[in-house]
Amino acid sequence: MKAILTVIGKDNVGIIAGVSSKLAELDVNILDVSQTIMNGYFTMMMILDLSAVSDSFGEIKKSLADKGTDLGVQIKIQREEIFTSMHSL
Amino acid sequence: METTQILETIRMIEEEKLDIRTITMGISLLDCIDSDGEKARAKIYDKITRLAENLVKTGEAISDEFGIPIINKRISVTPIALVAGASQDESYVAFAQTLDKAAKTTGVNFVGGFSALVQKGYTAADHKLIRSIPEALATTDFVCSSVNVGSTRSGINMDAVKQLGGIVKETAERTADRQGLGCAKLVIFANAVEDNPFMAGAFHGVGEEDCVLNVGVSGPGVVKRALEKVKGEPFDVVSDTIKKIAFKITRMGQLVGHEASTRLGVPFGIVDLSLAPTPAIGDSVAHILEEIGLESVGTHGTTAALAMLNDAVKKGGVMACSHVGGLSGAFIPVSEDAGMIHAVEKGALNLEKLEAMTAVCSVGLDMIAIPGDTPAETISAMIADEAAIGVINNKTTAVRVIPAPGKSVGDTVEFGGLLGYAPVMDFNHNSSADFINRGGRIPAPIHSFKN
Repeated sequence: MKAILTVIGKDNVGIIAGVSSKLAELDVNILDVSQTIMNGYFTMMMILDLSAVSDSFGEIKKSLADKGTDLGVQIKIQREEIFTSMHSL
Repeated sequence: METTQILETIRMIEEEKLDIRTITMGISLLDCIDSDGEKARAKIYDKITRLAENLVKTGEAISDEFGIPIINKRISVTPIALVAGASQDESYVAFAQTLDKAAKTTGVNFVGGFSALVQKGYTAADHKLIRSIPEALATTDFVCSSVNVGSTRSGINMDAVKQLGGIVKETAERTADRQGLGCAKLVIFANAVEDNPFMAGAFHGVGEEDCVLNVGVSGPGVVKRALEKVKGEPFDVVSDTIKKIAFKITRMGQLVGHEASTRLGVPFGIVDLSLAPTPAIGDSVAHILEEIGLESVGTHGTTAALAMLNDAVKKGGVMACSHVGGLSGAFIPVSEDAGMIHAVEKGALNLEKLEAMTAVCSVGLDMIAIPGDTPAETISAMIADEAAIGVINNKTTAVRVIPAPGKSVGDTVEFGGLLGYAPVMDFNHNSSADFINRGGRIPAPIHSFKN
């Protein structure tokens, strides 16, 4: 299963490091990354491969959200289909 | 996948309140018919709780994984008049209570289908069901009721229209302690559809399969935001913008419906392409119409703007999903739409204009509070007018008015939650009693010489 991770918040030291080490811990593979500063906000998107994970989607979502709280950013994970079905035929 | 597209989707959900308004499981109860009412109700309870056991859980799981809210999970069933008819029971209130119990067990928000189809005439069961409505709605929490009183093919059953004015009043009085809330769960239709996922008018038609999943999308806020970017542009651009955004909204409905039906092992029925408002700020159909250029909804031009909106939503949505059905259009309830409430309060929107608007949009006079002392004949006459608009124009129309007990014009009726609140509206005080008391049937309209 592929999912899209979005990280939005105030820029700070260690956001990418924090997020990617958490993903590694959860056995989530990162397929693609894009990161920019938009209107002063740190904005990162990742395409993830969840095929090797052992936790449920809900558990992964929760541990990432908790990580986001630690880092002072908002982390969301959603299945990829919601984006592809809305924007492509 | 581009960053801007990902952000657009997230913004639509988080800021503009895009959501899946409902996934509704339609369940046929025809195989629960029994000459013993007790046995029939046991079969009904077992079938609903078996088929819908995982409906709420599945809805929540999908909502969690895709990150899109699914507001309601609901059940619609075969019109109970058809199911209960074989029993010897004199009242069908017990059937409504069984549906209520099943709704509570499965955890759904509403169950629709305490219904009768009397567009041409009554059966004995239809009589019993309609007489049971006030008590059924007063003694249950989640049961919704509807009656179809007219169709383009058969005309308007004016005996039913007459009776239902009284039933609406009685329902309000029986729920007087809740400001007439029972009436919010009662819809009187012309040209009712068999696959509507929206309440209070949902029922599972006899032409449907045993169990099917229908989806209703929403998203007035998304449409409004898109139109903010095309201020002053001609209608060609406005209509195109609505089509594009309706396409995107509907794709969500298709995705969620498909996913839910796969997980539940139930066939996917239709997506209902409706713009369904809620009282929340930024979730209003009235505000879309105002964005199109009206100072207030209800002023001259409202009907044209609504007609264009309704048509563009359908055109955009049709290509986005495999099957379209239900009511498919913009809803214009008063109590459930912050912009409508505001327009009524400032005197810009009245019942007459709302009636005109129902000629070009989905459904009809919806969630409108009227004074508690409105004569039953006047309510019947409102039903007759709406039915006539539907029957002549080949569309679905409906009436869901609340004659709020003890309230008069200028008061406010508070329903809470998605049902919102409504300022009590004035009606035309000239009598319609002699018209309504004629009874009988208005013949089906001619289908040629259209003008």
